[in-house]
Amino acid sequence: MNRALYARRRMRNSVFLTLSVAAAIFGIAWLALILYALVTQGLQALSYHIFTEMTPAQGSTGGGLINAIAGSLIMSSLAVVIGTPIGIFGGTYLAEYGRHSVLSVIVRFINDILLSAPSILIGLFIYQIAVAPMHGFSAWAGILALAAIVIPVVVRTTENMLHLVPNTLREASAALGSPRNHVIRTVTWRAARAGIVTGVLLAVARISGETAPLLFTALGNNGWSSDTLALGKHLAVNYPSMDSPMASLPLVIFNFASSADDWQHHLAWTGALIITFAVLTLSIVARVFGSEREL
Amino acid sequence: MVNNEAVEDLAAAGQHRHAALVRFARGDMRFRTMTQLAAFLVVLIFLGIIITLAIGAMPAIKAFGWEFLTTSTWNPVTEKFGAFPMIYGTLVTSALAMIVAVPVGIGIAIFLTELCPRQLKRPIGIAVELLAGIPSIIYGIWGFFIFAPFFQATVEPWLIDLFANVPILQDLFAGPPYGIGIFTASLILSIMILPFISAVTRDVFATVPPILKEAAYGLGCTTWEVMWRIVLPYSRSGVVGGAMLALGRALGETMAVTFVVGNAHHINISLLAPGTTISAAIANEFAEALGDLYIPSLIYAGLILFFITFIVLASAQLMLRGLEARSGGGSK
Repeated sequence: MNRALYARRRMRNSVFLTLSVAAAIFGIAWLALILYALVTQGLQALSYHIFTEMTPAQGSTGGGLINAIAGSLIMSSLAVVIGTPIGIFGGTYLAEYGRHSVLSVIVRFINDILLSAPSILIGLFIYQIAVAPMHGFSAWAGILALAAIVIPVVVRTTENMLHLVPNTLREASAALGSPRNHVIRTVTWRAARAGIVTGVLLAVARISGETAPLLFTALGNNGWSSDTLALGKHLAVNYPSMDSPMASLPLVIFNFASSADDWQHHLAWTGALIITFAVLTLSIVARVFGSEREL
Repeated sequence: MVNNEAVEDLAAAGQHRHAALVRFARGDMRFRTMTQLAAFLVVLIFLGIIITLAIGAMPAIKAFGWEFLTTSTWNPVTEKFGAFPMIYGTLVTSALAMIVAVPVGIGIAIFLTELCPRQLKRPIGIAVELLAGIPSIIYGIWGFFIFAPFFQATVEPWLIDLFANVPILQDLFAGPPYGIGIFTASLILSIMILPFISAVTRDVFATVPPILKEAAYGLGCTTWEVMWRIVLPYSRSGVVGGAMLALGRALGETMAVTFVVGNAHHINISLLAPGTTISAAIANEFAEALGDLYIPSLIYAGLILFFITFIVLASAQLMLRGLEARSGGGSK
């Protein structure tokens, strides 16, 4: 009887372990298929024109993605510039001043919800406050939407990283007579720097692929709107207009993939390849940065 | 006899000290207020979402009331709107995605914690985490150009034939094979949340104290018994919490779904038929919506999505918090 029981247990063990191996192979196979399609399809239209020419109109071949790439870079970097300080300050409050305050409990709870909240709702929110009242889509609206996504990510990582800083460091600094803001700026922030940078990089990776919040804020642009700033009589500088719709890579992918034009499909794939490459590179850099801290 | 000079010195030093302390206190107060304002901004964004959505949706709320939730018409011409097909599509795609992704995701986590050869553990673990960060539009475009045509040509006709004479299933898998539809969207969603579930579950499994597992192995348990009877019960709330987080993402996912769901505002019993979800409808129609009630109706639907995801994400957090407190990491 014992032998039968052992056999049954061993049997069940191997059945379920085989299933879990199968699950791993199944999951990884799908993801490999996606990456494979991305590379093979994306390389078809990849040439230096992608980085030098504007997005083409429907029906014409040629052209590139430079306006979309530039738009993505501009909007993402400004969103990070706006969102990062707010995120770091917010995370600092949670970890340092308000560790156990009621506000912190509420902020933590809400922050974690915003972290996974549907990003399209962020787009609706910004539409209501920055697009509808101004009667127009604009790059600024897109930047605000992306910044609203950056803030919760940075708040969460900053708080977590500051918690890892040993209290003895704070106490030592305070014992030397430093006021608290000085302790935070010169000791705890410095000790947690690598982790905070990791968080910011992850936030960049997150927003560089975001499409939904830009759909009705930045809207997209098949060309490039610029404003001119006159500097004296003979000198004028063109700069990207932040009050007009602006292109971005994810938006171009969305619009081109849903068009009926074969060439636009190719460009959409190439854009997808560029974004994925950028996001994976950022996550790897973030990981290297983060692991240095642990050493 | 009193040394006047010494007293004056002392008084001057005291004043100095006092001035410095006041300066310190002011500087610190300013800094503290700034951090507090930043933290409060998070709350403000959250309240802003609720309030602006509610205001934007007001005309539709007044016009349709609660019936909006149960009405199936979606007619921009006559301005009759109801969100039932969208809500149905959102819930069904997410539920189907969870049915596929949760067991497979837990399987991958088991593989990573117990079975994977040591040399492969880190590379596969990192790969899973990196894949969790791939933007959802990539899944969307892949689903639209590669997966849906393949599915339409092979799997869907096969499913239709297979269940042709089985009651219930023959209705759920009734033809014709469109390629895009609720079922395709669910599968793309499940592939998308899979890395996320695996990564969270693996991290939660790692919180199980090794001594518990070693004790079980020492009593002669098989690997499966250790996983099923020790690791899973111990980490249950974490696994459920992680799955709820994934569900929250699936419910609000826009780009992966918009491409493949079909964008049809009606309910079909067949899972192979096109449908729509709240986020897909907003993404597709918002920028081109005209009329007094069209945009408010879409925002109303967004408000409903907000409440659904809020409930799911809030309960996910409560579960994960409970786990944190128990595993001693309750410093957060």
